[in-house]
Amino acid sequence: MADVIKVATRDAYGKALKALGEKYDNVVVLDADLAGATKTGVFQKAFPDRFFDCGIAEADMMCVAAGLSTTGFVPFASSFAMFAAGRAFEQVRNSIGYPHLNVKIGATHGGISVGEDGASHQCCEDFALMRSIPGMTVICPADGVEAEAAVQAAYEFDGPVYLRFGRLAIPVFHEEGFKFQIGKGEVLQEGSDVAIIANGLMVYEAMKAAEELKTAGISVMLINMATVKPLDEELVLEAARKCGKIITCEEHSVIGGLGEAVCACLAEKLPTPVRRIGVNDQFGHSGPAAEVLEQCGLCASNIVKVAKEFCK
Amino acid sequence: MTASEKLCLQKTACKVRMGIIESTHAAKCGHPGGSLSATEMFTYLYFKEMNIDPKNPKWEDRDRFVLSKGHTAPGLYSTLANRGFFPVEDLLTLRKTDSYLQGHPNMNMVPGVDMSTGSLGQGISVAAGMALGLKKAGKDARVYTLLGDGEIQEGQVWEACMFAAHYKLDNLVVIVDNNGLQIDGNIADVMSPYPIVDKLLAFGFHTVAIDGHDFDAIEKALEEAKTVKGQPCAIVMSTVKGKDVSFMENNAGWHGKAPNDAEYEQAMGELKAIMAELEGK
Repeated sequence: MADVIKVATRDAYGKALKALGEKYDNVVVLDADLAGATKTGVFQKAFPDRFFDCGIAEADMMCVAAGLSTTGFVPFASSFAMFAAGRAFEQVRNSIGYPHLNVKIGATHGGISVGEDGASHQCCEDFALMRSIPGMTVICPADGVEAEAAVQAAYEFDGPVYLRFGRLAIPVFHEEGFKFQIGKGEVLQEGSDVAIIANGLMVYEAMKAAEELKTAGISVMLINMATVKPLDEELVLEAARKCGKIITCEEHSVIGGLGEAVCACLAEKLPTPVRRIGVNDQFGHSGPAAEVLEQCGLCASNIVKVAKEFCK
Repeated sequence: MTASEKLCLQKTACKVRMGIIESTHAAKCGHPGGSLSATEMFTYLYFKEMNIDPKNPKWEDRDRFVLSKGHTAPGLYSTLANRGFFPVEDLLTLRKTDSYLQGHPNMNMVPGVDMSTGSLGQGISVAAGMALGLKKAGKDARVYTLLGDGEIQEGQVWEACMFAAHYKLDNLVVIVDNNGLQIDGNIADVMSPYPIVDKLLAFGFHTVAIDGHDFDAIEKALEEAKTVKGQPCAIVMSTVKGKDVSFMENNAGWHGKAPNDAEYEQAMGELKAIMAELEGK
């Protein structure tokens, strides 16, 4: 695989917000004292009149966003995933989810690739929390291009959307001009021995793993499942029918995320053996992102190991 | 206001109270106490103050009301029904399966409800967001939100207060129903939020304290609020929980309990006597 450009999806988020702001007057952005880190500061600089810092008050921010949405604006409310999905869970559930308001939550610093800040800031529970809310759409793009396209798609979609972005710069593999379809998985590679269903930064790791597995004689069907909810069940079932074995990969706890969503679908509709790669019911720790990811098994080499064992 | 206007509001408030008793009695549950304490405010807002149209509940230029103390839905529902947003008979379906009158307000089900509430401390933030949005959209509409005095123990309330003052939301009026009681007892004993007025002043609100059962005082406070520029307003109203139903007055036990048949008869008898007295004026 040739060298590629690396972009953090949070940077793509900031860029996409600015582009939205240029196109639509009704886009407003809120942050909770993290505009520099979440990259909403890019929007703030371009449209100071449509940016509202709420201070370190995520609960208030989510409900303010709800209120703004009832007056015709499309708010993007941002913080780190830990605080957007975690601290403000009940506000999102009751003031955004229950009334099904048109609020977009732009959560950055998802997963353990936050790195040095350590476990208190490494949110591996956000998919689980957000997908448990009726009517909530949950998206985790795999690279900068997809992230930008997902922001546009979220704007066009009427209803609450949770978008998860990362802090770490990761390889860009989508072509410019890529169109994001909410609820549709993307088949990156056809295969017949095992299907890998991944999202976020694990997609590129899975791509690397698939290359290596090919040399070992294992044919991998590779799916980028950026939308965790609603899950593209049709594609999951197609992968199960074609390969008979599924591996899920996500930068999230193995509890409640993409892996469990895939398992729930398969258990009811087409029982199929599954291996889940994710954070194994543990807290992360401080360290450079790449090292922390590797220690938790969120890397190509572990996917290869799991796949080989699975396909024996 | 004229004496006849006031009398009319008093009669309406009495009807709203009857609706609260009838609906919670029919539901065999619900929250009469805090609904009865805020009845004059509900009545004044919907029958005099707010620019609304019951035939067009989602009218974009309307004033908004957010019941941050969402458990007092019976008070809001009875007010909306009497104002013509939906049939008064429907109040008897409160909390029943298949009714649109949920235990706590749902904006997508009940005509006239501007925000789904129930989880305390959130409505005030939503109201602040509405006030900001209306300002940004260049609309003159105003936003009113009603909080319980126990509710202000929620930290989010003060986050919202900071926000409202910071963004100079002078189209927002925060009303605190200071009936002095919460589920576990006197608010001062459970977790004192006092001094409420001083706290709101310190948070940057133009704040007035009134008798929440006095329509003249309510009118004065809300008129004064319209003259304030560059800061949000707060009205802290002293009220009696369970007002006008003798056995419910100042009794925390009636926070979230419905009258049984005998209690219903007594409560309605008392309210009918009040109505008869008002009609004799």
